[in-house]
Amino acid sequence: MARIVGGIACSHVPAIGAALDKGNAGNEYWKPYFDGTIPARDWLAKLNPDVAILIYNDHANALSLQLIPTFLLGTAAEFPVADEGFGPRPVPKVYGHPKLAWHLTESLILDEFDMTIANEMPVDHGLTVPLSVTCGQVAQWPFRVIPLCVNVIQYPPPTGVRCFKLGQAIRRAVEEYPEDLRVVVYGTGGMSHQLQGERAGFVNREFDQEFLDGMVNDPEKLTKISHTQYMRESGSEGIEMVMWLAMRGALGPKVREAYRFYRVPTSNTASGLLCLEPA
Amino acid sequence: MSAPRDYESIPGTYVYDAERGRVGYHLNMFCMSLNDPENRKAFKADQAAYLERFPLTPEQKEAVLKRDWLGMLRVGGNIYYTIKIAFCDGLTFQDVAGMMCSMPREEYAKMMMAGGRSPEGNLFKPDASVENK
Repeated sequence: MARIVGGIACSHVPAIGAALDKGNAGNEYWKPYFDGTIPARDWLAKLNPDVAILIYNDHANALSLQLIPTFLLGTAAEFPVADEGFGPRPVPKVYGHPKLAWHLTESLILDEFDMTIANEMPVDHGLTVPLSVTCGQVAQWPFRVIPLCVNVIQYPPPTGVRCFKLGQAIRRAVEEYPEDLRVVVYGTGGMSHQLQGERAGFVNREFDQEFLDGMVNDPEKLTKISHTQYMRESGSEGIEMVMWLAMRGALGPKVREAYRFYRVPTSNTASGLLCLEPA
Repeated sequence: MSAPRDYESIPGTYVYDAERGRVGYHLNMFCMSLNDPENRKAFKADQAAYLERFPLTPEQKEAVLKRDWLGMLRVGGNIYYTIKIAFCDGLTFQDVAGMMCSMPREEYAKMMMAGGRSPEGNLFKPDASVENK
């Protein structure tokens, strides 16, 4: 039987990827950030997963406003790295797990989550940056990756409670899968940040700290945060944190916190990194 | 059920909602076209002519040509799309962020280094009525 062995919440700030790709990870600005990611990398390596279900959002690369799926699941055997306007990131190709992905698709749709199915799709920094943060610069990603893309670009994104329930359905689906697989789930994006308008640069440490605590101890409380509350208190783009709740839902009622790291600034963002194990 | 637009009371924020999506679609799809290197070349060669390929309003065209980053948001631009114009111009996200809040580049960078823009005084528009809070 497949089982979920860990959950990772991780910001996907593009500048993190650029710092690694351009060899700037050791400079004065970036070293404190990358030093803070090392324990997460060690933890994940020890966990040794076979597959990751990576919940993220696309940034006008694979998708445009032409078609806006709320939840999309990638069933392909491989996913090319997107060219985001300045050439693809120099990172390994992402290999999927079509058998588990199709099982998830079937199971989730019959469980009333109407997934869009992607048989071909490039993946952008929303997916590759969390992999770089938690796996480092590698010749090949150490596990298969099933992309689960969530709309957070066109308002309204799915609600926090809906994402949390999706996570719970992912857990049920994984546990029904007959093959012995060690699965980790990523929830990416956040934490507080605003990229637009006169309020650009907005950061709310207090909101973020409460959110990190809630992810560990009281996720039900976090599912009550409204969209307006996210946008007002964590910045217009902080609303991405609904994707963290999808990961949290997949971990089950009780978790053990394996690692936590928070840093301001990471480019225009407060970045967070949280490693959880089902308890 | 359509939710009340109670986010209108957030200062300095342009939520890309149904209203903006309805008017901004073609503006953002123009921005998306700049993902293609050939299109970037054509846009740089003759910006006004390139914009004629898209059914934009005069206000949208003007905002693009003037690189009025806030103006673009007001006429339906979505930041994830309009930023593609900035990348095409060789600007960074932080350059554009500074311009949107009328701060010199260095000052904006300094604010981020010091922990970002504080929530204090930045959660509600000054004219937001008490009931809105």
